[in-house]
Amino acid sequence: MIVTLIDYGAGNVTSVARALRRLGAEVRTTNQPEEITTAGCLILPGVGHCAALLGSLDAHGLRHPLVTALSRGTPFLGICLGLQALYQSSAEAPEMSGLGILGGHVDHLPQNVKLPHMGWNQLRAVRSSHLLEGIPPAAYFYFAHSYAAPAGGPATAALCEHGCEFTAVLETERIFGVQFHPEKSGAPGAKLLENFLRIAA
Amino acid sequence: MSLAHRIIPCLDTDGSRVVKGVHFEGLRDAGDPVELAARYNSEGADELVVLDIAAARDNRPTFLETIRRVAAQLSIPLAAGGGIRSLEDARAVVRAGADKITVNTAAVERPELIGDLSREFGAQAVVLAIDAKRENNFWQVRVRGGRAATTWDAQDWARRGVELGAGEILLTSVDRDGTQSGFDLPLTAAISRAVSVPVIASGGAKLPQHFLEVFTEGAADAALAASIFHDQVQSIRALKSFLQSNGVEVRLPC
Repeated sequence: MIVTLIDYGAGNVTSVARALRRLGAEVRTTNQPEEITTAGCLILPGVGHCAALLGSLDAHGLRHPLVTALSRGTPFLGICLGLQALYQSSAEAPEMSGLGILGGHVDHLPQNVKLPHMGWNQLRAVRSSHLLEGIPPAAYFYFAHSYAAPAGGPATAALCEHGCEFTAVLETERIFGVQFHPEKSGAPGAKLLENFLRIAA
Repeated sequence: MSLAHRIIPCLDTDGSRVVKGVHFEGLRDAGDPVELAARYNSEGADELVVLDIAAARDNRPTFLETIRRVAAQLSIPLAAGGGIRSLEDARAVVRAGADKITVNTAAVERPELIGDLSREFGAQAVVLAIDAKRENNFWQVRVRGGRAATTWDAQDWARRGVELGAGEILLTSVDRDGTQSGFDLPLTAAISRAVSVPVIASGGAKLPQHFLEVFTEGAADAALAASIFHDQVQSIRALKSFLQSNGVEVRLPC
């Protein structure tokens, strides 16, 4: 299984690649449009600022090939900012357009809780999920973010709560996203990545 | 369902070996960072901190290699620091596999460093480490491993650090560090209430009761300890079971 990891300069590319290799996947990292077009399976990791991610996708000419690959049905997993980028827009970078694969707006988490939402939290499944198959419902995943995707919407498979409910896992056809970091989430995180590799194969 | 309180072992290194001492002094060898990292990863640590307490310029490649080898063992987040004075230093640490960067003395000397790091890596990757010591009616910020005094108030510095872009505060009580007499609860509570970001309490941990107190009275979001874990005085699993049975939300392996 060859996984193409979109390397736009985020800090977690190395640890995502390492977690995938532990599962036996062959990993290629790229910022080349043609490699995204020909990829059999794509992962967009992300940490940091939304504007840096979207700006870098544009600077490298990756936006169009990525949107095309997703609409063609190439299996895709967005991690953290990689999930948020799928929406129309984000309050973190209001002047920029998201990838617009999903309707809705990524917003700041409420100020009445400590932010960033940093550490290990649990999920609440709202429907059956291929990504979460075989993972105990009480499992914890590692989060580190201050912005989050809306809780509603047909793509949402599981929610998390910190100040308000937000989408923690999304699945729609071949497009998947997780707000947490599976590469930093111990055994449940590894199982989730393994599930994605199996679905994508 | 709510955010778990984190237990974080800390590896103080001289670059390549884990060392320990009381009040930042009298260092002695406490083991191999790679072996300890692997053990903590499997025992249920929520995160790991690796510090280069020597932070000597010529020792940098050794420390970066240690970060690489430690990161390779982990499926939990890694914070690294000690001697990070510039964006370039931080990039090297992140490239070596750290998810977060901790800054201390260099941020006091040049607070803009916090903003530089936050803009490049995001606030969630910037940990402002504050060493604080009780002085009459306030907590004084100390630098250079707790040895040097400043005129700064720790509460003010924590607030300012967050405004500049720090996403977390790693708060060490210089009075309690190495004493195993419990965390400094008033200090931790004061800083935790002063800022909107998570606070990691450090210095003085020994008993499970100390951790319970710092999460309740101290309002800490995470607690850090070193030698009690290295010397196996306290197992992480038993500590978490104790906390859970006392109503503190923790992540137990399932």
